Amino acid sequence: MNSLIPLFIVVPLGSAFIMAILGRFIKDFGKYLINLGLLFLVGLTVKLILNSQETLIYKVGGFANAGDIPIAIYMVVDGFTKILLLIISVVGFLVALYSISYTKQYTAERKFYILYSLMLAGMYGVVVSGDIFNIYVFLEIASIASYALVAFGIQKQQLEASFKYQILGGVASMLILMGIGFIYWSTGTLNLADIATQLTADTIIMKFIAVLMIVGFGLKAAIFPFHAWLPDAHSSAPSPISAMLSGVLIKAIGIYVIFRIFFNMFALSYEISMVITVLGTLSMIIGGLLAIGQWDMKRLLAYSSISQMGYVFLGVGIGMLVLAQKGNPAVAAFSILGGLFHLLNHAMFKGLLFLGAGAVEYRTETRDMKQLGGLSEVMPVTAGTSMAASLAISGIPPFNGFFSKLIIIIAAVQAGYVTLALLAVVVSIITIGYFMKMQKYTFFNNDGSFWKNKKIKEVPFTMAFAMILMAALCLGMSLLAIPTIRDIVLTPAVDALMETVQYSKTVIGI
Amino acid sequence: MILFILCFILFMVGLYGVMTRKNLIKIIIGVAVMEYSVNLFFILVGYVDGATVPILTKGFEKGPFVDPLPQAMILTAIVIGLATTALLLSIAIRLYRKYGTFDIRKINSLKG
Repeated sequence: MNSLIPLFIVVPLGSAFIMAILGRFIKDFGKYLINLGLLFLVGLTVKLILNSQETLIYKVGGFANAGDIPIAIYMVVDGFTKILLLIISVVGFLVALYSISYTKQYTAERKFYILYSLMLAGMYGVVVSGDIFNIYVFLEIASIASYALVAFGIQKQQLEASFKYQILGGVASMLILMGIGFIYWSTGTLNLADIATQLTADTIIMKFIAVLMIVGFGLKAAIFPFHAWLPDAHSSAPSPISAMLSGVLIKAIGIYVIFRIFFNMFALSYEISMVITVLGTLSMIIGGLLAIGQWDMKRLLAYSSISQMGYVFLGVGIGMLVLAQKGNPAVAAFSILGGLFHLLNHAMFKGLLFLGAGAVEYRTETRDMKQLGGLSEVMPVTAGTSMAASLAISGIPPFNGFFSKLIIIIAAVQAGYVTLALLAVVVSIITIGYFMKMQKYTFFNNDGSFWKNKKIKEVPFTMAFAMILMAALCLGMSLLAIPTIRDIVLTPAVDALMETVQYSKTVIGI
Repeated sequence: MILFILCFILFMVGLYGVMTRKNLIKIIIGVAVMEYSVNLFFILVGYVDGATVPILTKGFEKGPFVDPLPQAMILTAIVIGLATTALLLSIAIRLYRKYGTFDIRKINSLKG
């Protein structure tokens, strides 16, 4: 099993190169290659999740440890990595399926798939590597590919959004690199597990590194004070890429790394937990409030992403606070479970919502909700799946979003943060509000005769099929709340974060 | 220590440039200055006073060596920086063709 881990990076990276060479000669080579590759990776991820509960380690180069010091570059797959691998593979595959028809409007179709594969390679690389400098390298691969993809349409707005994204992303990368420099300076190692054993003293340098990391990865994850680029970049990108950016990228290269380093690398501290919880609460509220006033469909969804990421930070942050104060570990575990469950769910329904917005834009060539309306008559599949996703994100019972929000709220009450629980409920109501607005002005509001006269019809088969599969997953993922299924997927992830010190012991093998 | 402080000041100069300049090219230069300061910082981390290059040669088997790992990392970071700068400049050229200006106050089709 261990030797299969590099495949997650080799498959997308290799297909990017093969596409660049062979795609010139064979028509539509790239789009089918990446679909096959991702289908294979979905299978591999499911196999990893079902087969083994223990942490898988692959040492690149195969160098043995010198005593306690790891020399090889590590790739580590534990429970927390597995859920990220799951969302990258599943959402990535469905988005690639959707893109088959969607990208026919672009002249440089081949380049779209090359950049898409590179972005996937970067994201897989970030989540599997157990070495902080490698995380930086893969993060830059994913970021640079996404900068180029945001500007893919080369219209005025897309170029401007891409420039803004690149400047803020560039500043974030520099802060992260500087933080890595300080880490290397004070510990003399780059391996996450080894750093964790070396970093014990709570000195001023440690605090400075923590601040650099929170700001750097916070910019990548677009939590509240650092969110300025997200609504522009996510609404200007081609819709499948918006689904990938909002659904997966901000989680894989932002949130994953923040949780990984603050749980498993740094010692848990009350201040950091407080910062994460407060930033999460603020982004939850402010993202929600800003989303209400939007009339651009994809901009509304982008602001909603900020708000929903706030829920993830809130859930995990409360867990950190309880752990840091030596509270009841069961409550902390429950809270972290809620946060991670919401992270999984958000990838699914926000991906679906962006694909739905893309389907509307593909047929009507506008995403201004003031001009839309009555589309449920002419595009029943898009309207139905988008409605399912809206219900899921607003937290209506049979869908997955309800269970994750409920777990976060219950955990907040159990941990004694009643105000935060109340705020989460209020933001949930705001969420229902702006999604009702989006549904009403896009799909209902008139009889759709305007669109019928313009001969607007349902989107092509692959796009509709990808959206139906995602809607089914939105419903099916509520099964993850059932204890026996939860123990397979979510509990190992929570354990990986909860047993903070265990990570370095398992990886180095002491 | 003075070198580290100078390096940090260089970083701040870059950040200041990114935040206050209105010209796209000057913003890009600001990002590049930040990058150079971080590269310099890594090299300073690996520097050992009075040490030799980390290559085994006759007569220098014992002597203190400078740390080669930050240098290897910086080579990677320079290549990444090249890609970022190239992409930034190409987007800036495209923006100039669309808007006819490098002034960010006039490039404002995105609002809200």
